[in-house]
Amino acid sequence: MEVRVDTLAVARGGIPVLEGVTFRLQPGRALILRGPNGVGKTTLLRTIAGLQPALEGRVSVPPESMAYAAHADGLKAVLTVEENLRFWAAVHGLRDVEAALVAMDLLSLRDRRAANLSAGQKRRLGLARLLVTGRAVWLLDEPTVSLDVASVALFGAAVRAHLAGGGSALMATHIDLGLAEADVLDLEPFRARGRVAGGRMGAFDEAFQ
Amino acid sequence: MFLQRGSGRGFGCGRDGWAGFGVAGGAGMWALLIRDLRLAVRAGGGFGLGLAFFLLVAVLVPLGVGPEGDVLGRIAPGILWVGALLACLLSLDRIFALDFEDGSLDLLATAPIPLEGVVAVKALAHWLVTGVPLTLAAPVLGVLLNLPAAGYGWLVLSLALGTPALSVIGAFGAALVVGVKRGGLLLSLLVLPLYVPTLIFGAEAVSRGVAGQAAEVPLLLMTGITLGAAALLPFAAAAAIRINLR
Repeated sequence: MEVRVDTLAVARGGIPVLEGVTFRLQPGRALILRGPNGVGKTTLLRTIAGLQPALEGRVSVPPESMAYAAHADGLKAVLTVEENLRFWAAVHGLRDVEAALVAMDLLSLRDRRAANLSAGQKRRLGLARLLVTGRAVWLLDEPTVSLDVASVALFGAAVRAHLAGGGSALMATHIDLGLAEADVLDLEPFRARGRVAGGRMGAFDEAFQ
Repeated sequence: MFLQRGSGRGFGCGRDGWAGFGVAGGAGMWALLIRDLRLAVRAGGGFGLGLAFFLLVAVLVPLGVGPEGDVLGRIAPGILWVGALLACLLSLDRIFALDFEDGSLDLLATAPIPLEGVVAVKALAHWLVTGVPLTLAAPVLGVLLNLPAAGYGWLVLSLALGTPALSVIGAFGAALVVGVKRGGLLLSLLVLPLYVPTLIFGAEAVSRGVAGQAAEVPLLLMTGITLGAAALLPFAAAAAIRINLR
């Protein structure tokens, strides 16, 4: 399904950071969000994922068809790799985790506790979770942090397979995943104007005006 | 939801919140329950913490009060109930704080399980790990406190019917302080007043049982609190979590 985002305005901690964000994301395509630190990439992704309300604007796709991968992987240290993955699969009503283990090269680690994984291995497990959600739109926040070159290639292949299957991906990343079908959206032009410049009031200003 | 969402079509197992909530959602809640129980019994999960605290209270109180059997027997219902309540309080902040810290709560909030269901399942897991062991251990500790024979049945019954309320109210309190670093103190202060009615009716039921009076009325009132809390508070807790996740 096509993701349509229209004139979305998002706020972090009550302060507007982005406004007027508009884009289309077709099935089979990936869109890469670019912008300096603090421009609001994470806030935008969380808003689209339905974790926080937008100040205005509209997202055409319900949160139920999106899988969100944040900085934190949502892993339990005392559970094994397979138990962690099986849990998220069961939550999303799926059973098969083998394909996800193979795709992120976790087969040899399946019985190891997540506490004993390296940072890159944890990240791979966190990304394998996306494969067991069965959801069409992936929202990825810096997915390649702490991944080595081989793992980035592995992840790039997983994203390409997802796109080839009719899914789509919206990601904030600084690393080139080698995705030919990726478009780039620079968030700098959507930066919210300050109050003085006639921009929107934050919740704080509103309370104390 | 402040955003207006169009009606999107699912991919694989897409569902629209409550409307399509079915077998898979139930399986997801079951998986969550199993995961929470597994986490509790594995190393560092905190299982037994409440039970150990309960044991300490029951062992230390007779040492502090002195060896007069009839004094101990008179205060035993109250001491056992206060001990169980405080033991429950000890592990409350783990209900959501750990899931918040490792990012699981964000992912659960976007999962097909309704957040109200997540709260209910996590409260149930807390009760199974804390309330049930306390209820089972209470008669043994009653012996230490010289609880009269007539009180044991009422003690077990009142704890079995009252501790679910402690877990559900506690889950609500834990939801309110999600995201607050070291929120334990705030959580205790928020939750304690809400625990008072359960404590009063629970201890009263046991006291009346010991005295040979009819104990059904406090027991029924306490059960009413439990049922009301279990029916309403998951919704309040889910709303609190949604706000705290922003």
